[in-house]
Amino acid sequence: MSDRRDFFGKALGAFAGLGALGALYAAKRTWDPLPSVKAAGFTTIDLSQTKENVLYTEMWRGKPIFVIKVPKNAKPSEAPNGNMENAYDDKRLIKVGDSKFFIAIGLCTHLGCIPAYYADQHKFICACHGGQFNAAGEVLKSPPPSPLVIPPFTVKGMKVVLGEAGPEYKKLKEAGLVA
Amino acid sequence: MAHFDPNAKPFSHQWLNDRLAVDTLKRVLSTEYWIPKNINFLWAMGMVLAATFGVLLISGIFLLMYYIPDTKLAFDSVNHTIMGEVGYGWLWRHMHAVAASVVFLIIYIHMFTGIYYGSYKRGRELIWLSGMLLFVTFSAEAFSGYMLPWGQMSYWAGMVITNLFSLGSLDLQGLVEWIRGDYVPGQAFLGRFFMLHVLLMPLIIMALIVLHFGTLRIPHVNNQDGEEIDFEAEAEKWKAGKRKEAKVIPFNPVFMSKDVFVLGIYFIIYFYLVFYHFEFAMDPVNFDPADPLKTPPHIYPEWYFLWSYEILRPFSKNAGLIAFGFAQVIFFFLPFLDRSPNVAPASRRGLFKFWFWALLVDMIVLTIMGKVPPMGIYTTIGTIAAWTFILLWVALPFITKLEKPIRGQK
Repeated sequence: MSDRRDFFGKALGAFAGLGALGALYAAKRTWDPLPSVKAAGFTTIDLSQTKENVLYTEMWRGKPIFVIKVPKNAKPSEAPNGNMENAYDDKRLIKVGDSKFFIAIGLCTHLGCIPAYYADQHKFICACHGGQFNAAGEVLKSPPPSPLVIPPFTVKGMKVVLGEAGPEYKKLKEAGLVA
Repeated sequence: MAHFDPNAKPFSHQWLNDRLAVDTLKRVLSTEYWIPKNINFLWAMGMVLAATFGVLLISGIFLLMYYIPDTKLAFDSVNHTIMGEVGYGWLWRHMHAVAASVVFLIIYIHMFTGIYYGSYKRGRELIWLSGMLLFVTFSAEAFSGYMLPWGQMSYWAGMVITNLFSLGSLDLQGLVEWIRGDYVPGQAFLGRFFMLHVLLMPLIIMALIVLHFGTLRIPHVNNQDGEEIDFEAEAEKWKAGKRKEAKVIPFNPVFMSKDVFVLGIYFIIYFYLVFYHFEFAMDPVNFDPADPLKTPPHIYPEWYFLWSYEILRPFSKNAGLIAFGFAQVIFFFLPFLDRSPNVAPASRRGLFKFWFWALLVDMIVLTIMGKVPPMGIYTTIGTIAAWTFILLWVALPFITKLEKPIRGQK
């Protein structure tokens, strides 16, 4: 008698457990980003008309993207790197055509605020918690723990497609320079 | 077998009693639920909180009729439709906003009353723990509600708080995107926080309120001296007519009449705020529609979250997160970190007296520092206050262990 009851108890528990697991998985999937949200993840930026040392803000996956054309004749002292080197020599800058560009997600790596660009000082300052980044997106002053993140990109002539990892991006990533 | 009187008229007292035991329920839950006489107005805060929750629920029901959880329409549905077109829509909104702010002030008073009088010990641990669960769910309710008008501060607070779930150097971007349902807060995010705010969190809160009341029933409420009262013996005195002698009064109607008096005063102040000073609960930044490409110069939470936000701020990312996590959970452990057997007001408990006031002052300092911009002397004060908070909790088991037992207590 008690064997039968045990069996029924276990069978009920097993089925209910399976059902609960299935429901949990369905609940998890319901909270996932929608396919349409994921598909809208590519943005093309035309860089042919950009001016030097001017911040352009584009949108990619709902995030602001910072684009700055590197001034050709910048002196080392103008763009501090924290160690007396010229931020414009940084390997994180991306070559497009015959110019170099700074392209990064414009969200502070501390808590996601948007830093402001101070063109005269060639650096970014975040108003939320006082973090600072140089003109190549490297941290000058904490709390941000890491540089501004370079999004996956691929260069096509004077255009850059964000969301697609091209060879230049892969090279940066291997060198550990994207974030 | 139950006995049903066939002659009882439908819905008469006898008829209801046979089917619902209304007399027993009334006795157990109200007329013979004994409350000590030796208490003060601070013991009315529980009922003030229950009433404020009721106000939030009712005003929320009216707001829900015109609010639209759509990123394009939400802002206008609140600031144009509800505020400008719906008859008395402004009243519900201001009642809701003011109550949401005031409820946290009362929660903090309620909590610190419990800490001061030691009302979390000797059988009352579950009261404290269920109360802390209510604090957490009220926080989630407040945060999800703050997202709904989809203003600048809604959006950016949503961004900053969900980013915390990347857990610093663990860099769990996938988890953050899963919580948001998007790469940034968007429609999916607004929709799910709307659901949490109007359904799931209120359901959990209501269940927890029942549990909180339940945990109170057997140990009874504490009193101003932490005296261990023999409730049964004192109740007998009351029932025998020795009302002056008895140390207890029945919850209803005697204690409730005191509670209702405090409630009356509370609601006078509350409605004064609703009608004349609602602006303190309405951040001006949130009257700009959400703009993903423009961070407000200074992002800060509502005042009741400032102390824990300030514990996050002065440290580097990972340490700040650990300190923040510490601040979120440490109050849960109070009944177990306090190693003294004494249930007494803090003023009679030696070092604990200083601990109590130091904690209270420190949390007020943290709250103020959380509001001012993070620079210069403010950063220094904030850092010291954050460390003080952590060290106070680390010191608690030691200073309470040293505490001498108060005479007459085990």
